[in-house]
Amino acid sequence: MSTDIIDRLAGIEPGSPLDGLRRRRPDAREHAQRGYLALFPQDTGGGTGEVSLVERYAVAAFVAGLHRDPASARHYDDLLSAHDPDLAAAVSAEVEAATATGPYGIYPEGPLAAESVPGPVHRVGDRAALGERLAAALEHAHLLVFRPREADPQALRALARAGWSTTGVVTLSQLVSFLTFQIRVVAGLRLLRTTQKGPRP
Amino acid sequence: MTAAPLAFTTDRLGWEPWVEPLAEAELTEAHREALVDRARAASPYFRLLARDPGILHARTKTDLDIFHNADGGLPRAERELAATATSRHNGCVFCASVHARFAEHYGRRPDDVRRLLDEGVGARQDQLWRAIVDASVALAATPPALTGDHLEALRAAGLDDLAISDALHAAAFFNWANRLMLSLGEPTAPEASVKE
Repeated sequence: MSTDIIDRLAGIEPGSPLDGLRRRRPDAREHAQRGYLALFPQDTGGGTGEVSLVERYAVAAFVAGLHRDPASARHYDDLLSAHDPDLAAAVSAEVEAATATGPYGIYPEGPLAAESVPGPVHRVGDRAALGERLAAALEHAHLLVFRPREADPQALRALARAGWSTTGVVTLSQLVSFLTFQIRVVAGLRLLRTTQKGPRP
Repeated sequence: MTAAPLAFTTDRLGWEPWVEPLAEAELTEAHREALVDRARAASPYFRLLARDPGILHARTKTDLDIFHNADGGLPRAERELAATATSRHNGCVFCASVHARFAEHYGRRPDDVRRLLDEGVGARQDQLWRAIVDASVALAATPPALTGDHLEALRAAGLDDLAISDALHAAAFFNWANRLMLSLGEPTAPEASVKE
């Protein structure tokens, strides 16, 4: 089995047509994997900067859960459960409460206002189970996943109030945004694999 | 700074961060390496992302291969179309402005790009552009709503699997890029300082 996370989640076997196709874009394949390893380091000897590994897994489990892709959701839930099963249960409960269909959001007054689509703003239910820092992170993740057009400086100030440094905010934003890419590549490649017509004559 | 633009445009916009980027003088060799293109040290957007150099480096190398790798697959114009359609749908005025200009430049179809920006992702397009816009929009949904019908439409428009994979990667990548540009700062008009 491939050690590449996108291959694993999309069910791409070494030597298969989809494997060959990914290798036509070798840098994209390699650096999507390096990005994953940068955000979720397997050897944490060098530390994980301003965001702990368990915080990274908790946000990832939440984001993957919101996308309702079973393979991706299970992968990140497993990573979190292995580190902190109680926290995994709390995050699962938040996923249940936060489910929505995006993207949506309100545009500022002006020509785009007619395209505004109102939708839910998620507020964490059990803040004690998550801690204030993680509760704020999940609320921000929900904003980024479902209504990125509504992002504003207040959202970043809420993170700062909950203890997030500017560098921590960059890492958190990258983690959520990267996952919205990874999960879509996985979904797209899996669909391409299962609908492939085989070699052309 | 001038007021943020209210509508989608192909104008050259600026972008201002809401939180403090690293100062140019603070950039270490590791930061500069993460920028990949060292000229990006002038950009507040990239100096902000340089606070976490590992993921910035991966982001940039992934981006460059998805859009610039010319070994077969989807023409550059249509990769830029997928980026523009995704940005239009997610609501990223800045990203859409940059990639609409690229789509215009490489595709030489300014009226079609203009209609996508002005009227949105439902605007009339020919068969190939229709299929790419629809697949990009479906993939941008949370949860993703891409189906076999979208892939069939791409095939019917003449794309092989490598080209379809390129379209899906370009669209998927802009889900990443849109969220960074939308949530860490805002566009200003005019003046281009960064590319995303």
